[in-house]
Amino acid sequence: METLTGKAWKFGDGISTDHIAPGRLFHLRSNLPELAKHVLEDARSEFASQVQQGDFVIGGRNFGQGSSREHAPTIIKMAGVSAVIAKSFARIFFRNCINVGLPALILDTDGINEGDRLELALLTGELKNLTRNETYTFPPLPPLMANILSDGGLVEHIKKHKDFKLD
Amino acid sequence: MGKTLVEKILGEHVGHDVRPNEFAGVRVDLAYVQDGTGPLTVRQLEKIGLEKLYDPQRSLVFLDHASPSPRQELSNDHKLLRDFCRKTNAIISDIGNGISHNVVSERYARPGDVIVGADSHTCTNGAMCAFATGMGSTDIAVAMALGHTWMRVPESWKVIVTGMFQKGVYAKDFMLYLIGTIEADGATYKALEFSGFAIDSLSMTGRFTIANMAVECGAKAGLFNSDEATAQFLDEQGRADDFKPISADSDADYEKILEFDAGTLEPMIACPHFVDNVQPIGSVEPVGVDQVFIGTSTNGRLEDFRTAAAILKGRKVAGGTRLLITPGSRKVLLDGMADGTFQTLAEAGGVITGPGCGACVGVHEGVLGDGEVCLSTQNRNFKGRMGNPKASLYLASPATAAATAVNGTITDPREFI
Repeated sequence: METLTGKAWKFGDGISTDHIAPGRLFHLRSNLPELAKHVLEDARSEFASQVQQGDFVIGGRNFGQGSSREHAPTIIKMAGVSAVIAKSFARIFFRNCINVGLPALILDTDGINEGDRLELALLTGELKNLTRNETYTFPPLPPLMANILSDGGLVEHIKKHKDFKLD
Repeated sequence: MGKTLVEKILGEHVGHDVRPNEFAGVRVDLAYVQDGTGPLTVRQLEKIGLEKLYDPQRSLVFLDHASPSPRQELSNDHKLLRDFCRKTNAIISDIGNGISHNVVSERYARPGDVIVGADSHTCTNGAMCAFATGMGSTDIAVAMALGHTWMRVPESWKVIVTGMFQKGVYAKDFMLYLIGTIEADGATYKALEFSGFAIDSLSMTGRFTIANMAVECGAKAGLFNSDEATAQFLDEQGRADDFKPISADSDADYEKILEFDAGTLEPMIACPHFVDNVQPIGSVEPVGVDQVFIGTSTNGRLEDFRTAAAILKGRKVAGGTRLLITPGSRKVLLDGMADGTFQTLAEAGGVITGPGCGACVGVHEGVLGDGEVCLSTQNRNFKGRMGNPKASLYLASPATAAATAVNGTITDPREFI
C-alpha cells in the first residue's frame, strides 16, 4: 500500500451523515458523481470545490453519526480524500468506510491543524504531520476489516474470497 | 455464568457460545433495504456477480422514504427496486405499506431473530427481542446473497428503569433523557438491554420508541425481553405462533449497569441541532413553531396517534402552525380510521398523509422553509434533516407535539391532561 500525502481539512464534533450527504439531495443517490459535488457541503460549503486529491478529512468526536447511507463515505472517497481521521466514529459509518475502501483512523486529532501537510503510511500504522514534524500512531484495524480494506472494499473482498475472510 | 440477551441470540446464530468483542460469522434471519439505500444494494450485488438471493422470502425491499415518489430520479430508483424484486423473488413492500421497521414488527420480526437492515433505525425491532442492527447497502447486499454477515459481539449494558411514568411523560421522554445523559456517542458499539418495572409495564409501542432511538446514543442494538407484551402484540398481528419467551439471565455479565427512576422524569425536548441537546420542557423557551410532525418509526403507531388525538379532540391547531400526521403503516392507518383517531386529528386541522417516513427525511411531504421551526416526534434533528439546513428541529413525544400544535408554541402536554 502506497504512502498517502495531502493537507488537513478540520471539522468539529458530531459531523452527521446529513452534513456529508444531505437528505435534500436524496434524489442524487443514484448519481454519485453529482452527489459528490456537494460532499460535506452543510459543514463547510467550500470543501467540495476546493478539496485536492490526497487530502485528509479530520474530525472530532462521533464522526459520521446518523444514517446508514453508504453514499456518505463513498462520496468522501470520490472527492479524492486519502483517509478520514477522527477521535471517534459512529459505528455504521466506520464499517461503511472500510466497506467502500476509505481508511478511517481513530486518533486524538487536537494536534492537527487546518492545512497541515500529512503523510499516511497505512502499512506501518503511522501518520506524519510534515508541517509540525510530528508522528502519530493509530491502533490497527481488526484483521477482518484490515483484509476488507486492503482488498479495496467489501465488493472486491467478496469477489476474491467468495465470503468474509474472518482471520 | 448466565447470558445476556445478546449472548443468547447471537450464540444461536453463530453456532457456539459467544463473548463480547469476539468477531463471528452470524446467520441472518431477515435482511432488508429501503428506497434510499436499496438501489446501491442492487448495484453492488451486480458488481459482485451475486444474482441469487440466499432466501428471497426473507429479503425485503421497502419503498417508504420517498413514497409516493416526488421526482423522476426517485421514480427510477423505485422502478429499479421493483424490477429487482421481480427478478430475485425478494419481497417488495410498495408505497402505502408503511415504514420498513414498523412493517417488519407487524409481519416479520420474531423473538430471537437476527435482523439486519440498510437503515440505521433497524434497531427498532430490538423491542421484539430480536438482535436487530443497521448496516450499509453493501453489507446488506452480501447478507441477502450469503444468508450471513459478520459481527463484533457487542458488550451489553443493562439499563434498569424503575418506578412509574407520571402522567404526560412517555417512553420518548425517557429515551431523550437517556441520550441527553450519556450523549450521542455514549454507547457506541454497545448493546443496551432494557429492564425494570417501568420497562416491563410498557406497551410494545413504548418499547419500539426506545429501541428505535438506541442508535442515537451510538448503540448497535437496544433489546427487550420477550414477555407477555410481546406475546400480545404478536397475537394482535395474527402471529401468535411466532412468540417465544426469552429473557436475560439474572446472573449475566454486563459491562455497565445504568439505573433510572421513571417517576422523576418530566417531558423532555431535544433542541437544535443535536439529539443529545436535551432539556426538560420547563427549561425550554416557548418557541413559536411553524410545523408539528407526528409519525415515523419512532412514534408512528396507533397508541401514539391516540395520545395526540386525546389532546386535540375538540380543539384546533393554532393559526400559523401546520400539523402533519403520517401513520407508520397501512395497518395503523386502517385501525386509526376504524376507531376515529384520524377523524379527530383531521377535524383538529391535521394533514393526514399516506403511511411512510413522511417529512422526517427531508425528501417530501413537509420540507421546511428558511428559518422555520418544526417540533417532531422523529428520532433526529441534525441540521438539514428535514430538507433545509436553515431550519430548526425540536424532538419530543406525541403528547408534547399535540399540545404544541394547539398553542403554536412549545408546550408542556400536562397542561392538557
